[in-house]
Amino acid sequence: MQNISSVLEFKSSTFFAPILIIFTNEMSAIEQTLHEKIKLAPDFFRDSPLIIDFKELNKLNQSIDFEQLIQLLRRIGFFPVGIRGGNEQQNKLARALFIPIDTVRELGNSISIGEKPKQETIHKPSVAKPEAVVTKQEAVHVAAIPPVPPTATLISQPIRSGQRIYASGDLIILSQVSAGAEIMAEGNIHVYNTLRGRALAGVHGNTSARIFCFDMQAELISIAGDYKTSEDLVKQVYKGPVQIYLQDHALIIKEIA
Amino acid sequence: MARIIVVTSGKGGVGKTTTSAAIAMGLAKRGHKTAVIDFDVGLRNLDLILGCERRVVYDFINVINGEASINQALIRDKNCNMLYILPASQTRDKDALTQEGVGRVLEELSKDFEYIVCDSPAGIEKGANLALYFADDAFVVTNPEISSVRDSDRMLGILSSKSRRAERNEEPIKEYLLLTRYDPERVKIGEMLSLDDVQEILSLELLGIIPESKSVLSASNAGIPVILDEKSEAGQAYADVVARYLGEKLPHRFLEGKQGFLRRLFGGKK
Ligand SMILES: Nc1ncnc2c1ncn2[C@@H]1O[C@H](COP(=O)(O)OP(=O)(O)OP(=O)(O)O)[C@@H](O)[C@H]1O
Ligand SMILES: [Mg+2]
Repeated sequence: MQNISSVLEFKSSTFFAPILIIFTNEMSAIEQTLHEKIKLAPDFFRDSPLIIDFKELNKLNQSIDFEQLIQLLRRIGFFPVGIRGGNEQQNKLARALFIPIDTVRELGNSISIGEKPKQETIHKPSVAKPEAVVTKQEAVHVAAIPPVPPTATLISQPIRSGQRIYASGDLIILSQVSAGAEIMAEGNIHVYNTLRGRALAGVHGNTSARIFCFDMQAELISIAGDYKTSEDLVKQVYKGPVQIYLQDHALIIKEIA
Repeated sequence: MARIIVVTSGKGGVGKTTTSAAIAMGLAKRGHKTAVIDFDVGLRNLDLILGCERRVVYDFINVINGEASINQALIRDKNCNMLYILPASQTRDKDALTQEGVGRVLEELSKDFEYIVCDSPAGIEKGANLALYFADDAFVVTNPEISSVRDSDRMLGILSSKSRRAERNEEPIKEYLLLTRYDPERVKIGEMLSLDDVQEILSLELLGIIPESKSVLSASNAGIPVILDEKSEAGQAYADVVARYLGEKLPHRFLEGKQGFLRRLFGGKK
């Protein structure tokens, strides 16, 4: 039952959102490609939050109509909730539209090109910020004590449609994962049963993460952001257990002999 | 303490209210004092199926709001004096159902009753969530078609994460499958999912298979729960469900249609 005496509570948690990397400033090309991608996995993208990554675009020194891009994404059905890798002007426009600026990844990855992360961390918009808290805590841990491998999460009950599971280390699931369920791990994912939902391993960018499952019928699989949807996956039937790993940005699915 | 059963599905029109009325009557007929509550605020169906719509004075929301006592609102069934109905309001809006209010009513009923059956509205919104929140057992009513199975799966996720038992880290709600409106002929020609197809996704303890049957409609038109129609297949199937729930081991009837049996006898292929 609710505790009436407390009005609200802050919790820090990790928030998962797809990242859209923009390579061009041509709006019509972006729109067309997006429509093609959405067609492949309409359920996955419907009403999805989205973080826009400008790093590649800014490498090319191309300027983009920021507001038009946001309008386009919203019209297609995305909810842009953050940008990263933006230049000073893009960050300023984002702030004006109340879109938070993601500075988290810059701590670990070498993303920051031509920007001033320090300046951005001062600004504290609302949405994606709990993540920043997490990362800060982690950073403190790393400094204070030797790194401890993240523990595995073990789940024995079925993961049903609409349920989402997030593990900061490895994720081990003994029961089935239903279509419409989503399991995510920063490390590896093991499913000792039928996988019908979506499985995303290495969600913080660990490209050596793998997915193992007994019966592969997934709607979507992803490792470190590279994904395949069921449209690609149904082309092949796997008889036994499989493992999935990343090789040169390509997802390899192999039966475990 | 009463055992609280929620009859739920996600998808609408699959047979929750039919099932709630039947099993509540079945439990009562076996001598267990049972209350059945209509959570479908705004629609009111249960009282029609139980044939007590003309005797409704106060409803569930009156009780929650303190405008009537539980005893004033409970309607004793005309066929069985161990069965009581707490009807839904047709006029109030859904926001009147509050978790605190529902909890209070269930707690008070628990003192007096052995079983409380909660007839959930369709969907996965507030009404459905409140109907399941306090449950000990869940009867997941599913039709043999993919959208119904999918919604039941979704409901099972909510049962295992949003119930009081889940929030308190208690033993989880016991989940049972009721496959209703099952038509063996249509299963055979592939128009409906088979039990195996359904169980591949849901893998739950099967409490019973209720065949598609005209007697369900005639029973509800007459305001008599179909379980009292002992000649009908649906009535017998619901009686089996109640018996199994109470611990009896019974084989599953109605998985194969009568014609199916004849065909098997004569070696027909289609
Ligand atoms: N076994 C059955 N055979 C034939 N008809 C059935 C059977 N079970 C239910 N029905 C019919 O299906 C319709 C819906 O049933 P019911 O009202 O019990 O479903 P419900 O799940 O409570 O619906 P709602 O989601 O609207 O509350 C009714 O017309 C009922 O007569
Ligand atoms: Mg109903």
